[in-house]
Amino acid sequence: MNYTFQFGPLLNYLPQVVSGLWLTLVLSFVGIFGGIALGVASAVLSTSPWKPGRLLVRIYVEVTRNTPLLVQIFVIFFGLPNIGIRLSPLASVFIALVFNNGGYVAEIVRGGIEATHRSQVEAAESLGMTYFQTLRFVILPPALEKVFTPIVSQCVLLMLSTSLVSAIGVEDLTGAAMIASSETFRTMEIYLVIAVVYVVLNFVFRGVLNIAGLMIFTRSRRRLLGRA
Amino acid sequence: MRTFGTPEFLFIVYALRWTLTLTVIAFVGGGLMGILLALLRIARSRVLRGLTTFYMQLVQGLPLLVLLFLCYYAPSLFGVEIAALTAAAIALTVNSSAFLGAIWESALRAIPKAQWESADALALTPWKTLRFVIAPQAIRLAMPSTVGFLVQIIKQTSLASIIGFIEITRAGQLVSNATFEPLKAFLSVAALYFAVCFPLTQLSLWLERRTARRGART
Repeated sequence: MNYTFQFGPLLNYLPQVVSGLWLTLVLSFVGIFGGIALGVASAVLSTSPWKPGRLLVRIYVEVTRNTPLLVQIFVIFFGLPNIGIRLSPLASVFIALVFNNGGYVAEIVRGGIEATHRSQVEAAESLGMTYFQTLRFVILPPALEKVFTPIVSQCVLLMLSTSLVSAIGVEDLTGAAMIASSETFRTMEIYLVIAVVYVVLNFVFRGVLNIAGLMIFTRSRRRLLGRA
Repeated sequence: MRTFGTPEFLFIVYALRWTLTLTVIAFVGGGLMGILLALLRIARSRVLRGLTTFYMQLVQGLPLLVLLFLCYYAPSLFGVEIAALTAAAIALTVNSSAFLGAIWESALRAIPKAQWESADALALTPWKTLRFVIAPQAIRLAMPSTVGFLVQIIKQTSLASIIGFIEITRAGQLVSNATFEPLKAFLSVAALYFAVCFPLTQLSLWLERRTARRGART
């Protein structure tokens, strides 16, 4: 191999890489929390007695889970202007990421809700709790706690797939790397650097989300502390 | 200017064979490597286990797109140019191996330890225990997730379009550029992915329910 690695020229691109990293963090943040909100709402709707709502969520979940995120981004960014909806690249990817993550989270949370025993809902009903009270105090807390680990995995995968936004020219971490690579021809160096950044981000996200989970769900916290 | 008609749609449909080719390569290659990784993860040697964990964590923490770029550009360090298909096949294989390895490892671990011990008491070699006692049960447990991951691989092949490999997403882009009708082009692409993935998703769900019912009975 007669190739000398030169990381020096990349230093000039530090500001772009840092702003790319920032955008990756913002995209992940919006994708994760927007997706969880949309996902939980969809999951609730998919277990509600209202039939059209259930059908709607079913279609939404199947469409998001059976088509690639890249194609979803293309349909929103390139396709929608055909019917008069013109979105900026950034707005398109925000919508695509929330839409995509929402579908996955909905399916995970539905599993958690269905695992809640029917008798608990009946007990809540007999106590005179309204539908929303039952949801808020009886159904959702244990359901979300049960599926918290798969949700964290899904959200970390979402963070990694934010790299796809670079395909329509959004300058996230990968987008910044593409520009730096085409201007310096130090392709291997720049991709190795951002590969390391992504691997670190992966562990940071996993750690932060798991800690957040322990702070939210008091029961698993007590179980963990009790064992220690 | 061309309009979006049957020939354009068929152009995308024909590109489906490349999507499927890539899927098969990644699934078979990733599967073989995944089996090896899963076995290494339950090996006795701590060094082997550690190295395997390192590899799996590394690959799982890397966006597939970055892995794809690394595979595409790395050979040029040695002065070799590789085809987009080769680069995509390698990247997808590496990526799938880590995830399939993780799925199969957890299936192997889900079999109670007592079964290894009783096979040992019957004087079965570790290899025979794996072949006749553990694997048949583990495979049944791992089936739903494996089919589920196959769907992931099909969707991930769309990334090969970014390095210029003509599978259905890239074919959609070409048609969209030629006809200026991106909505029809990309909706057709999405519909094709859906047509391939949806039956597999349903199969995965069916397998999962069947496994759950079996588990409840015993």
